[in-house]
Amino acid sequence: MQDANIPAGESYFDGAVLFLVMAAIGWSVAGMAAGVYVAAELIWPGLDFGQAWLSFGRLRPLHTNGVIFGFGVSALMGTAFYSVQRTCHVRLFAPGLAWFCAVAWQLIVIVGGLSLLAGFNTSKEYAELEWPIDVAIAAIWVCFAIVFFGTIARRRVQLIYVSNWFFGGLIIVIAMLHIVNSLALPVSMTRSYSIYAGAQDAIVQWWYGHNAVGFLLTGGFLGMLYYFLPKQADRPIWSYKLSIVAFWAFTYSYIWAGPHHLHYNSIPEWVQTLGMLMSIILLAPSWATMINAIMTVSGAAEKVRSDPAMKFIVLALAFYGLATFEGSMLAIKSVNVISHFTDWTVGHVHSGALGWNAMITFGTFYYLVPRLVGRELYSVRLANLHFWMALAGTMLYILPMWASGISQGVLWLTLDDLGEPMFSFKDIMASMPPYYLIRFVAGAIFLAGGVLLAWNLIMTIRGHKIVVARPPEVRA
Amino acid sequence: MSAADIHHRLEKNAGLLIFGILFVSAIGGLVQVLPSVLQESLSTPTANARPYTALELEGRDLYIREGCSTCHSQQIRPLLAEVARYGAHSEAGEFVYDRPFLWGSKRTGPDLHRVGGRYSDAWHRVHLINPRTVVPNSIMPAYPWLDTRPADGRGDIEARLRTLQKLGHPYSDADVAGAAAALEGRTEMDALIAYLQVLGTFSDKGASE
Repeated sequence: MQDANIPAGESYFDGAVLFLVMAAIGWSVAGMAAGVYVAAELIWPGLDFGQAWLSFGRLRPLHTNGVIFGFGVSALMGTAFYSVQRTCHVRLFAPGLAWFCAVAWQLIVIVGGLSLLAGFNTSKEYAELEWPIDVAIAAIWVCFAIVFFGTIARRRVQLIYVSNWFFGGLIIVIAMLHIVNSLALPVSMTRSYSIYAGAQDAIVQWWYGHNAVGFLLTGGFLGMLYYFLPKQADRPIWSYKLSIVAFWAFTYSYIWAGPHHLHYNSIPEWVQTLGMLMSIILLAPSWATMINAIMTVSGAAEKVRSDPAMKFIVLALAFYGLATFEGSMLAIKSVNVISHFTDWTVGHVHSGALGWNAMITFGTFYYLVPRLVGRELYSVRLANLHFWMALAGTMLYILPMWASGISQGVLWLTLDDLGEPMFSFKDIMASMPPYYLIRFVAGAIFLAGGVLLAWNLIMTIRGHKIVVARPPEVRA
Repeated sequence: MSAADIHHRLEKNAGLLIFGILFVSAIGGLVQVLPSVLQESLSTPTANARPYTALELEGRDLYIREGCSTCHSQQIRPLLAEVARYGAHSEAGEFVYDRPFLWGSKRTGPDLHRVGGRYSDAWHRVHLINPRTVVPNSIMPAYPWLDTRPADGRGDIEARLRTLQKLGHPYSDADVAGAAAALEGRTEMDALIAYLQVLGTFSDKGASE
């Protein structure tokens, strides 16, 4: 089809997209390997070999930063660049700047990772990097915004498609959160002190921390979902109106929920209660989106059976529903009293991170990479094997963390007849190794699946299975 | 004009959409976070609170460097069982000199907010060099290097106090000028233990049991 408005010879710009996808795959393997390693250290503490840079306290932020900012952001930036062109029917704005974003972001992750190993750490969760890197992140983010919104501004279709609202939300809200939370007075190039102190610092940090999860790990990946799910299911999103309502309800209510990370902590009661209330309300837009997506899938049942990419996306939706439901429940103060500070939180995060973020990304990559390089997927069987490994790994991760987390929460709070703690902290901790061993194995299985994905997609890119054009299948 | 028509205007105008997202997402922060940041009662120190000495501050920054807060909370919730285990519950006024806060989100190890004065310096030293000498099943990492490295390895302790002074911590100019001398000949271990021993002593409710 030739559109009269499209200048002759103009094509989509996908070079940086493929680079970002491959970078994301690399970071997923590296970041998850760090995760498996710290999981092993919780069973065998000698694994740090007396080296400061290998000790748990330094590797744990390396793991979280590697998977969130290396894997997550690279995947989101790549899929945003890919989908914004196709939903706007126009070549990416400022391709050179897009390349700059893609490459500079990888440098951020590398330099950031090394600085964490060296012990340069602000201690604020998911905002551990020191101020010079924070400034660089803000600059790259502005470039990301220019490329993305510049493309939208030049679009050849009238309406801005829903996936772009979510990617836009990611860019705008993460910029706001990052800048406000990172405000600090520098001491030197490697040290700074937060301009907020104590309880106020805690409230600002969890406004950031919770909404980094909200607008990056939830909203950003919903942008991915809203573009790639209808593409793969080969049908439009089930309800356009529901997507509008869910988007604005999500954007409005998520931002209030941060204080549920500080239940019963030294912050005002009203802040906690409001955080709890909005966390429960948040269930509505979360599930509205899930229902919208599942209804979209339900018309493409045959594809779910045969296409590994589609299987990943359906499973991701199931875990999205599970994790958002669990999140709202954990935000209720009387549940949180047990879950707070325990492994339950860790299990919940991984239910979302492995089950939702990683699976939707894997599904998207199995769809995207063959199209980017114009070749068929190297092996559908390997992709199917990866699917089962990812499912097994996620389930085996969540289940022992529920068991250990609830044990910790209940046993810590149990008092004897004299009103003294019934169990010593040491004894409770000493009962944890079996759970931690299962979690370690689960992580290793999930990681091995990620290696399979990397192998499969590298072979796809290098391979010679050129895509064969086929007539459309006949619909019953 | 129906709701769908209004939304169509947003979908046709990128500038409006950007503004809409910014506005809608900022409301929560403006109503909930901003008042808290400005609330004086949250930044009013308890009667016993004081800024950290140079040695304690170095210890605190080492606690951050080694990522201690990934496994240890510093926040005792006002629950019977928690108070029975750890001591008086934490209060906002005890943390006003904490930049950043170190309440933590996970207790792989026990809470440390009232650990000050609970163990001897000698116990901490042995425990930090190898936790398993005193707690056989402990999974805490060993920190032998703390005992050999001199405190203030980056030589910026005066700059740190001056920065905190600018942020409103009541250090005198003499405190700042004497900071390097206060760390002279001390190890990282000395600094970290000094910090651990001051933890929880800012409470107005007297020493924890």
